[in-house]
Amino acid sequence: MKEIERAGFTVVQLANLIPVAESVGANRIVPTVSIPYPMGDPKLPQEEQWQQRLDIVERALEALETDIDEQTVFSTEH
Amino acid sequence: MENKAVVFINQFFGQIGGEEAADHEPIIKDGAAGAAQALDAHFEGEIVKTIISGDNYVASNQEEASERIIDLLEGVEFDIIFAGPAFQAGRYGQACGTVGKAVKEKFDVPAVSSMHEENPGVDLYKKHMYIFPGGDVAARMQEDAEKMARFGNKLLQEEGPFLQEEEGFFKRGKRHQYFLPDETPAADRAIEMLLKKLNDEEYTSELPIPELDTVDISPAIENLSEAEIALVTSGGIVPVENPDQIQSASATRWGKYDISGLDRLGNRDMDAYRTIHAGYDPAAADKDPNRVVPVDAMRHFEKEGRIGKLHDYFYSTVGTGTTEGEAARMGQEIAEDMKNNGVEAVILTAT
Repeated sequence: MKEIERAGFTVVQLANLIPVAESVGANRIVPTVSIPYPMGDPKLPQEEQWQQRLDIVERALEALETDIDEQTVFSTEH
Repeated sequence: MENKAVVFINQFFGQIGGEEAADHEPIIKDGAAGAAQALDAHFEGEIVKTIISGDNYVASNQEEASERIIDLLEGVEFDIIFAGPAFQAGRYGQACGTVGKAVKEKFDVPAVSSMHEENPGVDLYKKHMYIFPGGDVAARMQEDAEKMARFGNKLLQEEGPFLQEEEGFFKRGKRHQYFLPDETPAADRAIEMLLKKLNDEEYTSELPIPELDTVDISPAIENLSEAEIALVTSGGIVPVENPDQIQSASATRWGKYDISGLDRLGNRDMDAYRTIHAGYDPAAADKDPNRVVPVDAMRHFEKEGRIGKLHDYFYSTVGTGTTEGEAARMGQEIAEDMKNNGVEAVILTAT
């Protein structure tokens, strides 16, 4: 992740374990639902899973568009 | 009075189950259960209880898990908590840190663990507890557990201070106030250091500044509706036949897979994509790999014109037990490939 940002790309990391993402030095972070299912809780109806995924990816896109001065977690409702 | 210890271990070492039991909620057993016996062999005292919990459960629900475990320990008399050893298992390391820190703070007892130096739990929790450098795999159980138990004995039997340089645990960045055995006053030591520094000689600081490897923050993408975005994952999503033979753990290989023309990733039952990651329960990702690599959602935003283009390939490797060195090399290679192919921004899913 860091190497990709070091190479000049704007990166957003989707992660469940936020403290780990922070400690490894991710700059833009969006929290996911769970480790085995980052985007789409299998216990939910299909439609809600789809909405969950759209929300998280939309948040990731917003993170890519946002200038930041420090490590930032872009939270969602999930 | 005999010293009493509590041990925390995960579902695997507590013999409840493997990955499928990683979300198992905490239970408490009398005495030294499962791998806690390795500590029992060297601890001078009694292991009164063993707490066993799924490591995913603890790592993903830190607050709730800490409360549950504190509840289980209410009324138990003990002098120290041992957590692990956790080797190079990242989530287990995080779970050991969560439990060690919570129990230490609640019951005011020392917490001792052991982890491989590349376990992310080390950096997260070394300030809060004693973590000894351990092996990368469970074959080192006896050795790592012995180190933990012996230091535990020392903590309970001696006065301290317990200095990092002498004991060998990961540096905690804690300052101790004490007299040096030779009683050289601070002013003399400072002058000595200054003279050495002026003479370009080696000297050891008494207050080292911790180093953090950070990367400059990349600027925002100004116009996302014209940008090409790539999806990258450490969640091990690959075509079912795993054409690049990416390893399920400790990966040294990565792959890029053509998704041009795909509206979404097909699943394992369709012989399309699956996960080969050995560090999490694959059921949800196999059933719908878009949960990890959101091709379907990205196509939606591409159609809407919210983004310019989803890159024709996604990139994948496995992030469990992977060394920092290998991860850095793979990151550089992936970056190089993307650079040559017009990618501007990256969405990376970690599992």
